[in-house]
Amino acid sequence: MRILTQKLGMTQVYVKPEDEPLAIPVGVTVLKVVENVIVDYRTEDRDGYNAIIVGYFFKPEHKVKKPILGFVKKNLGERELYPTKFYEVKTNDLDKFPKGTSLDVKIFEGIDLVDVQGRTKGRGFAGVMKRWNFSGGPASHGSKFHRRPGSIGQHTFPGRVWKGKKMAGHYGNETVTVLNLKLVEINPEYNILLVKGGVPGHKGGYVFVRPAIYKYGRLS
Amino acid sequence: MEEIIHKIEEKYKRRDLPEIKPGDTLRVHWKILEIREDPKKKTKDVRTRTQVFEGVVIGIQGKGINRKVLLRKISYGIPVERLFPLHSPYLEKIEIVSRAKVRRAKLYYLRDKIGKAAKLKIIRDQG
Repeated sequence: MRILTQKLGMTQVYVKPEDEPLAIPVGVTVLKVVENVIVDYRTEDRDGYNAIIVGYFFKPEHKVKKPILGFVKKNLGERELYPTKFYEVKTNDLDKFPKGTSLDVKIFEGIDLVDVQGRTKGRGFAGVMKRWNFSGGPASHGSKFHRRPGSIGQHTFPGRVWKGKKMAGHYGNETVTVLNLKLVEINPEYNILLVKGGVPGHKGGYVFVRPAIYKYGRLS
Repeated sequence: MEEIIHKIEEKYKRRDLPEIKPGDTLRVHWKILEIREDPKKKTKDVRTRTQVFEGVVIGIQGKGINRKVLLRKISYGIPVERLFPLHSPYLEKIEIVSRAKVRRAKLYYLRDKIGKAAKLKIIRDQG
């Protein structure tokens, strides 16, 4: 089970620890579940696995591409706004998710640990200090070695640079999953999840949230 | 986006706070946890007691749920500054002792003044 959310930003809330009488501040990320609708299914017989297809990014009819429009109309009929993008959620209980209904935060009821998957902020072509946490050199006292990587190998043997050598290059803008974040609050009123700690990406970016697989397994 | 975050914060905010301005002298009743752990009996005894800190507001920092006051006082000749998060449940209550007429938001200049020069103009209640 996973659900697409938008990262709204971070704040602090006060949460009571188990063995202390007073609440302490906890840094949380505010994640809003995007408007979505269940469009179609993947089934064992036809596709080899069971899943629901969830649509999001709603647009009026004239802005939707025709093949997508046909697919949505076949399943949901005429409506004011049509989803333009889709993702799949693997599950075996297809009956629980009728077509035309939406996923919301209620699927996280009773769950206290979640995984969050998103795309990190792009950092462009980054040097070794930012990308691999190299120490670099002294800034002053006549030092001419500031942010450089230093030696990258040995001598005539091996006479080449080892594969996988940490060097400068493109950093960020990659998919990262943060495991086992505490779910601090589920707010059905605004369809919002509060997750302890940070999640990948910038404000307004889209991230997937699922129950922690280490605790609840892949198909929970 | 920001709006929803403010609404979420609202639930955790305190509503019993007085209006605080720079130059106010406050008495902050701050709870302190006393945790006594007994490794042999494996008991954990948690008690709270309250300490009072009286000082002048020399700055207000942060916004929303993160709002804090920076208090300064002279304790037995030693200057002490302490930051209190206003929405923390550790805060029992705040009393306003007096208000002073000040012209800036941050009274950091008080740090360089000693004795009478560090005094602020107190506003007396009318009537």
